[in-house]
Formats: sequence, C-alpha cells, structure tokens
Amino acid sequence: MRMIEIEKVREVIGQNPADKASLIAVLQDIQKEFHYLPQMALKEAADYMGVPLSKVYSAATFYKAFSLKPRGEKIVRVCKGTACHIKGADLILEQLETGLGIKAGETSEDLKFTIEIVNCVGACAMAPVMIVNDKYHGNVRVDKALKLVKKD
Amino acid sequence: MRIDSTEKLGQWQKECQKRIEAQKKRVLVCLGPGCLAGGSDQILEEFKNILAQKKIKDVTVESIKKTGCHGLCARGPLVVIEPEGIFYSKVKKANVAEIVEKTLEKGELVEKLLYTDPESKKKIVDYKEIPFYARQMKLSLRNVGQIDPDSISDYIARGGYAALAKVLKSMKPAKVIDEVSRSGLRGRGGGGFSTGRKWASCAKIESDIRYVICNGDEGDPGAFMDRCIMEGDPHSVLEGMIICAFAIDSPEGYIYVREEYPLAVVNLRNAIDAARQHGLLGKDIMGSGFDFDIKINRGGGAFVCGESSALMKSVAGEVGEPRAKYVRSVAKGLHDKPTVLNNVESFATIPVIIDKGADWFASIGTKKSTGTKAFSLAGKITNTGLIEVPMGITLREIIYDIGGGIPEGRKFKAVQTGGPSGGCLPEAKLDLPVDFDTLTEAGSMMGSGGMIIMDDRTCMVDVARYFLNFLVEESCGKCVPCREGLYQLHKLCVKICEGKADEDDLALMERLSKVIQTASLCGLGTSGPNPFLSTVMYFRDEYLAHIRDRKCPGGVCKELITYSINDKCTGCMACIRVCPVNAITGEKKKLHVLDQELCTKCGSCYAVCNFDAIDIV
Ligand SMILES: Cc1cc2nc3c(=O)[nH]c(=O)nc-3n(C[C@H](O)[C@H](O)[C@H](O)COP(=O)(O)O)c2cc1C
Ligand code: SF4
Ligand code: SF4
Ligand code: SF4
Ligand code: FES
Ligand code: FES
Repeated sequence: MRMIEIEKVREVIGQNPADKASLIAVLQDIQKEFHYLPQMALKEAADYMGVPLSKVYSAATFYKAFSLKPRGEKIVRVCKGTACHIKGADLILEQLETGLGIKAGETSEDLKFTIEIVNCVGACAMAPVMIVNDKYHGNVRVDKALKLVKKD
Repeated sequence: MRIDSTEKLGQWQKECQKRIEAQKKRVLVCLGPGCLAGGSDQILEEFKNILAQKKIKDVTVESIKKTGCHGLCARGPLVVIEPEGIFYSKVKKANVAEIVEKTLEKGELVEKLLYTDPESKKKIVDYKEIPFYARQMKLSLRNVGQIDPDSISDYIARGGYAALAKVLKSMKPAKVIDEVSRSGLRGRGGGGFSTGRKWASCAKIESDIRYVICNGDEGDPGAFMDRCIMEGDPHSVLEGMIICAFAIDSPEGYIYVREEYPLAVVNLRNAIDAARQHGLLGKDIMGSGFDFDIKINRGGGAFVCGESSALMKSVAGEVGEPRAKYVRSVAKGLHDKPTVLNNVESFATIPVIIDKGADWFASIGTKKSTGTKAFSLAGKITNTGLIEVPMGITLREIIYDIGGGIPEGRKFKAVQTGGPSGGCLPEAKLDLPVDFDTLTEAGSMMGSGGMIIMDDRTCMVDVARYFLNFLVEESCGKCVPCREGLYQLHKLCVKICEGKADEDDLALMERLSKVIQTASLCGLGTSGPNPFLSTVMYFRDEYLAHIRDRKCPGGVCKELITYSINDKCTGCMACIRVCPVNAITGEKKKLHVLDQELCTKCGSCYAVCNFDAIDIV
C-alpha cells in the first residue's frame, strides 16, 4: 500500500479555509490526492476545521463520492443510469466482473483495478458509457469492454 | 479591459464582433460529453497541429474552436464549419487532414462526412436544414455549441451581458422581477414553480442578507441539459444569477455542481475569473455600485442533494438531508437566510427574457407553460442528443420528427420523462402537448428534461424495479415512509420480476404507494412511487404477464426467460468469446449449442450476435 505522509495531508487540507463550511471541499481534496480517505487524514481534517471526528465520518459516509477504502490504480466506472440501463449496462458490468475477478465496489488484490457503479455521468446520448480513470468511452460494446479497460 | 460603465460594454461588444467577423472561417469542434466520448479532443488537437504547420488563406490556429454540445450527439464527433454551417459527422482523427485540404484550402466538400437524410437519402450540407435542427428553437441553449466556453469575448460578441447592462442601467429591482413574472417562466428544474413569484417573495422578506443559488446537481439519470449549459455556455448562467442578485439585492451566490461534472466546474471557474477581471462580477459591477460574487460548490454525489433544502445544507458543509418545508427556503434558506434557488436552465433563460422582453417570451409555448424547454433524448431513439423546443410541441413530434424514431426497425413502447420522480407514457399518449400540466395530468412529469425512449425490448416492470432500486439507494433515510416504504415497494417489484408474486402483491404495492406519497417529507419520497404507478397504469398487462403467466414479454427478467440458438446461426463464434460462463460451444461455421444449465442469462450473446440467431423466450 502507498505510504501516506502527514505533511502531504496537511498541505492538501490547508488549501481550504479552516471552518466547518469547508468540510466537503476538504474531503474532496483528500480524495483527489489519495483516491480514498485515509483514516489519519480524516483525523487531521477534524482537528484543522475544529469539528468532531464523528461529523467528518458522517459526511464521508453520506456522500457517494467518498471511499474509506483504498482504491485501485485504474478506476473503472460503469454507468447504470436509466439510458445506460436500457442499453445494456448490466452486460458490460458482468463482463468486467468476470474478466477482472472482482465485483462492483471492489478493488483487485494487486490494487490495479477498482470497479464502481455510477448513476449517469451526463453522456447518455452515447449510452452505454464507461469511464476508465477520467477517459469516457461511449457506445461500449459488450465484447470490447474488457479490452478497453486493460488497454487504457 | 475593465468594463466600468454600461456604455463601455456596447463598445466592447462591437470590438468582439469585429474580431469574429475578421475570422473568415471558423471550425467548431464539439467537445460536448457525447463527442468527447468519441475522441473529439484528439480531433481538435489534430486540426491545431496541422494548421500550425500549414499556411492557408483566412484560416489560422485561432479559427479552430472548441465548443459545447452541438446537439446531434448520435452522429458525433461533430465538426461544423462556419459561416456556411457545413456539418461533418462521425469525424475521425484520420479525416482531419482531408477536411483541411479539401474544405479549408479548396472550398470543396468531403462528401462521405456529410449528413445523409435517412428518408430521401440526400446529403445535407448546412446543419440548419437537417430535420433534427430545423424544428428546434434554442433560447437557453442559444450559445451552446456555437461558442468557445472559455472565451468571454465569444459570449460578448453574441450579445452576452447586454441584458445585465440593461438591468443595471435602466431597471429597478421591482421592474426586473415584474418582467420575469410577466414572462411566465416556470422553473426548469422540475417543479415548474413561477420564477418571478419566487424572486418576488424572497425580495419581500426583511433580512440583513439574501443569497442566490444555482442548482447544477442534475441528479436525474438520463438528463444532461444542465451539464451541457454549464460546460458549453457558463457565462449565460452567471449573467442570469447576477440579474437575479440585483433583483433581490443579494451580495453572494453559489453554484452547486454535481461531482460527476468536473469539466463544468473548470469551465464555470474560468468564466467566473474572466467575468471578475472585466468588472462584470465582484465589486461595483459595470460601475453601477452593485456588488455580487459567486462561489462554486462541488456536490458529493447524492441525488437527494438536488432537493432545495438538502442542497443548502450541503453548501453549508453538512450532510444533505432535506427538512420539512413549513417555512419555505425563500424565507429560510442557506444559513437560515432568505434564498432564491433556481435551476441552471432557468438562470440561462433570464438574459433572453430581459433582452427580448416578457411579452415576446410569453408568446412562445403555451399559455401556462411559456417559452421553450431543453430536453436530452436518450435510450432507444435514432437521434440521441440535446434539443430545445417550444412548449406545447407533441411527444410524437419530438420522438419522430426530431428524434428520427426508433432504431433497428423496432416498435416504440414508452417514453420516460421526469426521471425517478416522473413516469412512463405509452404510444396512446404520444399526441399530448409537452407542457408542465399536461404531463403531470397524464401521470408523468416534465422534470428537468431527461427523455428516455424505450422500445419493445424493454420490460416495464424492470424499469419500475430499476427506479425503485435507485430511490432506495438514494433515500437519505430520514423519514420512515420513504426509507422503509420504498424498500418494501422495491422488494415486491423484484418478486414480480422473479415470477414469484401474485395479484395481491400488486394491490399491496398500490396501497403502499399511497402511503409513501402522502407521508414522506420531501419530494424524493412523495414522488418516489411515480415510476411504478405510471407503469401499472399503462402497462398493467405486462405486470399480469409476469404474475399470471410467469412470462416477461420484453425478454428482460432473467428468471422468466431462456436463451437458445436457432438455425440462423452462421457459426461466427462471436457469442462464444463473450459468454462469461462458457455456456456456448460449437465449431467455426457450424451451428452452435447453448447449455441452458450453465447459462446465467446475462444476454451478452444476444447483444453481439449479428445474425438474429439467438432467441429469447
Ligand atoms: C429529490 C429531488 C432531487 C432534485 N434534483 C434536482 C436537480 O438535480 N436539479 C434541479 O435543478 N432541481 C432539482 N430538484 C428540484 C429542486 O428542489 C428545486 O425545486 C429547483 O432546483 C428549483 O429551481 P427552478 O425553480 O428553477 O426549477 C430536485 C428535487 C427533489 C425533491
Ligand atoms: S422522503 Fe426520503 S429522501 Fe426525503 S427526507 Fe424522507 S427519507 Fe429523506
Ligand atoms: S454470434 Fe450468433 S451467429 Fe455467431 S455463433 Fe453465436 S449464435 Fe451463431
Ligand atoms: S445469456 Fe450470457 S450466460 Fe447465457 S449463453 Fe448467452 S452469454 Fe452465456
Ligand atoms: S445514463 Fe449513463 S450517462 Fe446518463
Ligand atoms: S456532444 Fe457533440 S453533439 Fe452532443
């Protein structure tokens, strides 16, 4: 697992004003840096903003954007919004799950891949849609999904 | 240049227009979400690379512009060449050199990239003549796809901030509110509440401070209008918000953008910086003495945060749970202060209303739903994309004339509007005019404008199950009817999909729906049963087929169908490669065999077979 340095954590948190209204922005910045919310960073954040740790956890678990578990190098997000559902998002998910040997929401042991489900990313015209890290793939074909993920 | 008077804006506009006119040719590359998924960023790069090396009369690197969604995403990546409006679709990076050589250098067309009308088989050059575009009227989307979102001078050249100048120069706040009220504009975020009335009641309340918030959460799956506006024309949203701030006397505004839209955040941020630099935002706007500034909040990916009271909590850095609405947020909103919250499209429409006048706006659309509405077309429809049409147009016109009908010769089954709060309408309702009240009466909803078209290979019970599952996951859990009720409703729906339900279950679901509708705290719960209720209302037969005959007519519900291979099989082996459980065996060019025991009914083989050789019964 990656080493998390306290200085880096403090630097990331310190970009925001030290008041409780910044809570969500702070969490977003931590997540952006480390791809998840390390426990130690949450404690730092609570101290910095002067809010109880429980409140930090409450926000960290309420919002879908946050993960308390480490995530893989490649984050594969499969859209299961309405348009993608109608156009076979489940098939793509099934291909990826079998192909990578992990279920949606899980990260492979070697920390290479994480599969996540998202609800509509606003590219519905090209449904079904899959996003590998930040790259969008539209009109994904079932037989091409796994190849795309491995190649990208 | 700092615009320190309204007069100076006029002067600047002339300069910007001149600069645009001086560019004899403009090549617009669509970087909207659809085209981007087709790799349009690489097309843009390629154009710039080639033009950096080549000298062509009237064309420079600056002539190549990126834009937001042009509309016809199904044909993306799109490249439009102005002033002629030459429309190239399904462009690949490899085509760029040819476009430069033929069209930009010699003025010839690249025939194979032109749009072919599916009926007449004629090639159409100018996009304005393509039926998809010809029937539309773009107000809130007036600049989306036409300008570079990062260029404030593009926006100014098209009359941007002129409405704001008019307001600051010659209108009193009360007059602005009156104009918006008389326009009849109803909120485009779904509820359809009169925007003018909302502003008026907020302005009336005594307070030391008032806030303006723009709702860019766009949580409805299948909707992407707000995304396209924020990404493709961010200044129009800012201008609408500043006008609102002036009308209700607010110094501070927020835009709440959902976390799935990072590009919207970047483009809005650039627009805010540019507007501030030019004296259009911040202190002493256009030298009028009026101060107003805007901050961006990124959402955390919770659908319920689109609800007004939850959104305001989220902006304040808290968990986004809705509150009871006995006091409305115009009175007690952000930090318990009076707040106007409007949708992205609502704000983007405001400058048009001020510019052209309330009467002009009210003359468009229907009596009670004035103006135009943007829709995103998705699902089983030929022309998926982004459109804007006058209210009162029929669903049939949208789906067939603009949308080009259902692909692959399939049959239309339903159109879903209003997202998880809305419902599905059948063929018999296609001639209904699209306006707030008619759709609600028919058991659906306008919603934010997501329109998803379904064909006969869609199961309406599965659609209800899908939405119920979505809502169960997205319920904040604060109140019992929504938290427990939707959960049970979903469970019963799954039971039907699995062929294990009887008719009493259906009756129970209908009763339960009434309770959830009546007793939930916020709109998520009160409208939660809608997708179920509308599908039972119009597609009861399909529910009964699942219950009585243990059959899924749409061929979707796994427990009720089987897959098999018929003798059309050519032995192409595509299905073998894709079957995740190795349930198919066979040799090249020989009839394949599907083992029912192993098959998990994922449907992948059906999706890849090009020879209609897989049957679903
Ligand atoms: C569960 C729920 C989700 C909502 N999501 C959105 C949304 O994503 N965007 C939006 O503009 N309005 C959304 N709304 C409606 C808002 O609460 C609010 O009515 C609207 O933003 C007001 O703007 P308007 O008057 O301009 O339509 C949602 C409402 C509910 C109950
Ligand atoms: S209706 Fe649902 S989403 Fe709304 S407050 Fe109640 S539990 Fe939360
Ligand atoms: S994909 Fe279709 S045609 Fe090809 S082997 Fe499979 S069933 Fe036969
Ligand atoms: S439905 Fe899925 S599991 Fe069954 S044979 Fe086809 S591909 Fe294999
Ligand atoms: S439904 Fe998948 S992108 Fe909208
Ligand atoms: S994204 Fe290019 S046309 Fe919609």
